[in-house]
Amino acid sequence: MVYSFPEEVLEYVFAFLSSDKDRNAVSLVCKSWYEIERWCRRRVFIGNCYAVSPQIMIRRFPEVRAVKIKGKPHFADFNLVPERWGAYVYPWISAMARSYPWLEEIKLKRMVVTDESLELISKSFKNFKVLSLSSCEGFTTDGLSSIAANCRNLRELDLRESEVEDLSGHWLSHFPDNFTSLVSLNMSCLGSEVSFSALERLISRCPNLKTLWLNRAVPVEKLASLLRRAPQLVEFGTGACSTEIRTDIFSNLVEAFSGCKHLKSLSGFWDVVPAYLPAMYSVCSRITKLNLSYATVQSPDLVELISQCSNLKCLWVLDYIEDAGLKALSSYCKDLQELRVFPSDPYSAEPNVSLTEQGLVTVSAGCPKLQSVLYFCRQMSNAALIAIARNRPNLIRFRLCIIEPQAPDYLTLEPLDTGFGAIVEHCKELRRLSLSGLLTDRVFEYIGTHAKKLEMLSLAFAGDSDLGLHHVLSGCESLRKLEIRDCPFGDRALLANAAKLETMRSLWMSSCSVSYGACKLLGQKMPNLNVEVIDERGPPDSRPESISVEKLYVYRTVAGPRADKPDFVWTMDEDGALRFS
Amino acid sequence: MRSTMIDFEKTELRLGLPGAGGGGNEGETSRNSSGKRGFSETVDLKLNLNSNSSDGNQVEDMKQKNIIPASADSAKPPTKAQVVGWPPVRSFRKNILAVQKDTTTTDVNKSGGSHMAFVKVSVDGAPYLRKVDLKIYKSYQQLYDALSKMFSSFTIGNCGSQGLKDFMNESKLIDLLNGSDCVPTYEDKDGDWMLVGDVPWEMFVDSCKRIRIMKGSEAIGLGITL
Repeated sequence: MVYSFPEEVLEYVFAFLSSDKDRNAVSLVCKSWYEIERWCRRRVFIGNCYAVSPQIMIRRFPEVRAVKIKGKPHFADFNLVPERWGAYVYPWISAMARSYPWLEEIKLKRMVVTDESLELISKSFKNFKVLSLSSCEGFTTDGLSSIAANCRNLRELDLRESEVEDLSGHWLSHFPDNFTSLVSLNMSCLGSEVSFSALERLISRCPNLKTLWLNRAVPVEKLASLLRRAPQLVEFGTGACSTEIRTDIFSNLVEAFSGCKHLKSLSGFWDVVPAYLPAMYSVCSRITKLNLSYATVQSPDLVELISQCSNLKCLWVLDYIEDAGLKALSSYCKDLQELRVFPSDPYSAEPNVSLTEQGLVTVSAGCPKLQSVLYFCRQMSNAALIAIARNRPNLIRFRLCIIEPQAPDYLTLEPLDTGFGAIVEHCKELRRLSLSGLLTDRVFEYIGTHAKKLEMLSLAFAGDSDLGLHHVLSGCESLRKLEIRDCPFGDRALLANAAKLETMRSLWMSSCSVSYGACKLLGQKMPNLNVEVIDERGPPDSRPESISVEKLYVYRTVAGPRADKPDFVWTMDEDGALRFS
Repeated sequence: MRSTMIDFEKTELRLGLPGAGGGGNEGETSRNSSGKRGFSETVDLKLNLNSNSSDGNQVEDMKQKNIIPASADSAKPPTKAQVVGWPPVRSFRKNILAVQKDTTTTDVNKSGGSHMAFVKVSVDGAPYLRKVDLKIYKSYQQLYDALSKMFSSFTIGNCGSQGLKDFMNESKLIDLLNGSDCVPTYEDKDGDWMLVGDVPWEMFVDSCKRIRIMKGSEAIGLGITL
């Protein structure tokens, strides 16, 4: 016999559960626990905006205070998802405006957000605190004006990496004079100049401001004045630092930075003139995150800065750092956990810098805590990959982009199967992997055998046959997201592993060999999947069924086929017929 | 390799060209030494209207956008610039790089890190000289615009932006030199006085030590042949 605690006690206990997984588990125990839990869930994460409808979310969780919603598939970042594909946030906002008057937080990623949505947000939620728009698009600075003007308790406004139509910098001036609650502002993606005096006044009257990422238009001579007003900053992103260096600007900057005793993260540095970097030396020893990926500064100057950052945990940098700079990094920054090296010139045929696989090997050897890697380079070898795998079995994220598609091991001219095989074999906690270079089905055999914790896999120009895809789908038990482009994978592996797709969030395949007929079959077999054919050549049934579709996006859903599809997307229906809006 | 339960045929890589049937073997695929087939050409003839081009970088962006004719008989793999979304670099990073590519020199013997190239600019008849950083401009046009703004208050005759632009136009050269119009010249690394505009922009930035905007009548001595 079960005698249960009073509801209030259970609610109190459940409040300590922050992870969605735990809460989901709790709600499966029994009906009354399900009921209690759903009334006290305050944060909801929706990994795919089309997997569930706003109505379903609201019906189940009536008292939500914070939502995080993701829209387009990851490959949208590289222009593989056509314009107007979808991921509109407005239906969510409008539903929540009616049902969640106490909503405080909205975080969106890769969604289309209109000014209308922003205005609705600003007017519907009286206690609205946090707006984060990561890699979003569809809005202008007018929408930001509504937010600034109406959200009296706003704490965070984060526009990271979004595409904003920048009509003017005037939006910032819409924050009222009695608005003092700002804690975090990231406007780095905006182009226009904001009124500097408005910015100064805003910063001065917000004593809790901890994060400030300026945009490029704020010139370096104005930085000191801002920093002096906000010495409590923990994260700071400069604007462009390209003005000709002058002694007075430089010494002001030195003084201003030395007053910032809490700075842990630096970013910005667009077009930075190297002579400015020493102004930051006083804060370097406390810096844990450094984003120099906009700084076209050569290796010696980078090394000068980095050598002072003994507590560095996370470095984003351009390949100007070169192997020599990475060697220095590996000797000065023993706490390094994350390294991202971006290409300065991704489209030229010849290397423009001396950055090779060696740099990464050196860092893997010298930085014992390294767990997350994103590395663009122009040559790789199996030997290097094996060395990295042996050095760093604690890797969690490993994303390697060898710029030339299908580039073999440059020493042996063999495929890079054994190298990546070593990575998945040694790095047992690997959760995310991106492959590149010349790869056969064999690498997928290794992955299927060893990568049991792998959650996200990105493939391009890899493999020989369906066997490759089959290895991945049948072997990777934890796989949630699979994105594939230009690989010779087709119908058989997909249909044979159809059930697997229901255990994953989504599958993206573009420029592969999946036929329209197979897509229809998949849609018929799997009613809990939306099988979206994206094809800009016109309706797929105007071509023979054996023709490959351009792009395929398959995701599990309880919301059924979506109603907002554009004219180049078709959802394969249960009864085999096409349905398009 | 262990035998599999399911016997998979090797599938052919299919190309999907917009507007054309995509079945069968589209074009030749190259076979490299390990017997791998080449990758398909991914053709996207649609302009990516969302990517923000920085000023004056239309050419760079055109290269980076996927505007190529679909040549199905091309046997070699497409170059990087022709494949959509590869390498996987976000557009905001591409634009930054495009700007930087123009402002850094393409000289093989790149110096360790100078991103400034300040040169003195004198205009005949002006009471004082100015200094400009050539690295912040990406073309002769931009330099001319900037110079004419700088010296607008005391230009001699037609040394305004239009005058300098006209200079680039050969048919107006005679008029310019006969009149009191001005000619932009520069002193190069070897100490010679050269006519601005002959060499590619990057080469000019690299070799220019100072600029002098001369009166047309004086420029005849430079030996400009018409």
